[in-house]
Formats: sequence, structure tokens, C-alpha cells
Amino acid sequence: MKRALGALVPVLFVALLLAAWEIAVRALNVPAYLLPAPSAVAEALADNAGLLAASAWTTLSMALAALVLASLTALAIALAISLNPLAERSVRPVAVALQVTPIVAIAPLVNIWAGLDHPERAVIGLAAVVAFFPIFSGAITGLKSADPDLERLFDLYSARRVQRLLRLRLPSAVPFLLEGHKVAAGLAVIGAVVAEFVSGSGGAKGLAWRLLEAANRLQTAKMFAALLILGLMGVAAHALFQALEEAVLKRWRGR
Amino acid sequence: MTAAALQAIEVDYPGRGRALGPFSLALQPGEIVALVGPSGCGKSTALRLLAGLEAPTRGQVQRAAGRGETAVVFQAPTLMPWASALDNVALPLALEGVDRAQARRRAQAALSSVGLSAAHGAKPAQLSGGMAMRAALARALVTAPKLLLLDEPFAALDEITRRGLAADIHRLWAQQKPAIVFVTHNVEEAVYMASRVLVMTPGPGRLQAEMTVDATLPRPEGFRTSALFREMVERTSAALAQAMAA
Repeated sequence: MKRALGALVPVLFVALLLAAWEIAVRALNVPAYLLPAPSAVAEALADNAGLLAASAWTTLSMALAALVLASLTALAIALAISLNPLAERSVRPVAVALQVTPIVAIAPLVNIWAGLDHPERAVIGLAAVVAFFPIFSGAITGLKSADPDLERLFDLYSARRVQRLLRLRLPSAVPFLLEGHKVAAGLAVIGAVVAEFVSGSGGAKGLAWRLLEAANRLQTAKMFAALLILGLMGVAAHALFQALEEAVLKRWRGR
Repeated sequence: MTAAALQAIEVDYPGRGRALGPFSLALQPGEIVALVGPSGCGKSTALRLLAGLEAPTRGQVQRAAGRGETAVVFQAPTLMPWASALDNVALPLALEGVDRAQARRRAQAALSSVGLSAAHGAKPAQLSGGMAMRAALARALVTAPKLLLLDEPFAALDEITRRGLAADIHRLWAQQKPAIVFVTHNVEEAVYMASRVLVMTPGPGRLQAEMTVDATLPRPEGFRTSALFREMVERTSAALAQAMAA
């Protein structure tokens, strides 16, 4: 009973909010280009469902490609570093510099490198830059997180460097890697949208392109519809990685 | 012949001064020695020196240097949380390059010897504190070490589990006869377990008193109520009180 109520309350709250919005827009005669009523947003969503879904898929697939790219690079560099302690001090400042540089500032540069004919490559590259840091940081922290007494045990049995990495440090890093990927997944979607704003996405038109297009035509209801899908996509990505994290951790810990 | 020895050891830590020494200890093969003392008397440092995990500032450490000839059980079970009990126990063999099937067979035998044969597939989180400690003991014994170092292995256990584990250690000692050095705060545990009890002073750790417990090993549970046990506990406690006052 209490649980059912707990699930019902947020739904009721949102419904109440939407109702108030609808009534206010109608009562005050707010022009649709300024603030469309929820019913108008729903209509725009239904009218453009196919178009928006295709765009959402474009953005999502670019974000996923960026996530994979970021994951592979971050892991490779973190592993190389963990085998050579001196390397961390050299690489970390570069990684931090990359992280604190706004993505919009490096976008024109990446556009040139990707080639003006391939804006989707630029989007993937830029989104990967954004997703890189949480994975890299998690990997570096995780690879150092092994129980010091277990490290001593590996010393005691004269473990080789590779044995220590594969049998101790990588498994110890698993929870940190999962957390890093969960954060990075959300950032990759945000990164893809922002990158699309500044780079365009060529023939493949993502959600950001739809937002710009609708804004230019003052189709505010369609903008809201695109934003709604964007929000749902972010929530879904987060939920997916949350579930993945819980499942893997359960196996990892054995309970 | 000695199993291991510390000769005129001194250990200084930068900024904290002398932690241990001068201190000497010669271990006979198959002997069980207890190091008793207050916190900060360097007893864990002495153990790490014997394990080769730390080097002394001055003095000589003599130890069996072969892989798997020295084993350590830490205060906590220190098992890998992602690996099964069997894989945890097989770890020293895997690191030595023993082939997987043989390593698993020997690990299973070691688990059985500590009464955990049914728990081979369990992850550490599924084991009780006492079971996890016994798994750690099985891991230490799986290579049949000549020197077994125990760093307060009972500290986190309740009285009943602690007595069970102490009896287990004696029983296993009787099979392989490794030399054992074991560090503890607990005077009764030291007297029950050891053939020789060394009481240490704090800051820096030095030898305050040395006592031989003249009863055959392994000892029955009834030894805890004998006159000799009570006398040794009193003498050790008195020496410990002196060490604290010094």
C-alpha cells in the first residue's frame, strides 16, 4: 500500500503540473510560439513521431559510438599508466586540460580535422572527449583501489606485473569502472547534442538539428516534443547503466 | 638450523623515529612463537620483516626466500571479494604458475582441512567472519610453507570462533609443522597457542621478557584450565604490565 502510494505520488504531481500548465495557457491566451499547451506538445509529438524517433536514434547512435570510443581510449591509457607509475604524472595534466576546456571551444578545430564532409565524425569525437574523463578518472582510481594487504600478499608471492594487473588491480577497479561508465553515458548524450549544435550532423539529422530547425521556424511545440524525447533518452540511458551496474556488482560481490 | 631469524634489527620511520629495535629473534623449525605487546611495540613490523615485505634500517633478516615458503595471515581475512573461496585459496598456486586443475585440487584439499569443503563456491561476502578467516588460513597453508606469520588473526572474532580457530591452527600445525610467529594483544591466546612467548615494550619495540610454555603441542582445550596455563598467563600479564610502565 505504502509502496503503491510512493509510486503514485510523483505521477499525480506531474499530472497536476501539466493540468495547471494547460489551464493557465488557455485562460491567459498565451501565444503558442511562446509557450504551447501540453496538448499542443502531445499533438506535435504525434505528428512528428517518425521524424523525431529517427533523429533520436541518430543522436543516440552517435552518443553510443562516442561512449565506446571514450571507453576504449580511457581504458587503454589507464592500463598503460598503471604499468608505468611515471606516466600518470605526465598524462593527468593533459587529461585535466582536456576536461576543463569547453567542448564548444574546441568544436571548430575538431570540425576541421574531421573534414567538413563528415560532421558526424566531429560529433562523435567531441562527445567522446566529454565522456572520456569520468571513465579515465574512474579507471585510474579503481586500478589503485586494491586492498593494501592484498597488494602485500601479491608481493609475498612475487607476483609478476601482469598477474597483479589481471588478478588484482583490474577486478578491484570494476565498481569504479561501472560508475565511470554510468556518468559517461549521460555525458555522451549531452556531448552529442552540444556537438551537434556547433558542428551540425550532415545528412544524418539528430535531435539537436530538429531543435534548431523548429526554433528557426518558431515551432515551439515541436521543440518541446524534441526536448521531451531528449530527456527521456537521458533518463533511459541512465536507468540502463544503473541496472547494468547493479547486476554486475551483484555478481562481483556474490550478493 | 633456524627457520628464520632477525639479527640486531633496527627499524626507523622518517619523522616518527625508532619503531623497533634493537631486536633479535631466532626461530627454530616447527616452533610456535607469540609476540605480545601493547599497540605500537613494533610487533607487526617484526612480522613484515620476517615476511620480506619491509626492509630493516639496520640489522640482518634471515628467511626462507623461496616462493610460497613464507605465508602471512593478516588481521582481516583479506580475500578477493570477486573470487570464490576456492579461487581465493588457489591464488598462491596460480601466482606460482601451478596448472589450473592441480591448483584447484590442492585448494580444495586445503579448504577441506579447515572444514570449508562445502563453501568452495561461496564469495567472501557470503562467508561468516570465522569462515573467512579459516579460508585465509587455508590460502596460507596451500603452499605448505615453512614459515607461517599470523598478524592478530583473532582480533575481529568472537570468543567461541576464536577458540575454534586456535584449535584449528594447532591441528594444521601438527600436519605440516611450519614455524609459526603470531602477533597478539591477548595474553591467554598467546599462552595457549605458543611454545614461546615474547613480551615487547612499546616505542621503540624491544624485548621485555621471554617465556617458554612447557607443554606439548597441540594442546587440548583442557589446557586452558590447567595450573601451568594460569601461572603462565599471570607471568606474561605481569611482564606486559612492566613493559607498559617502562
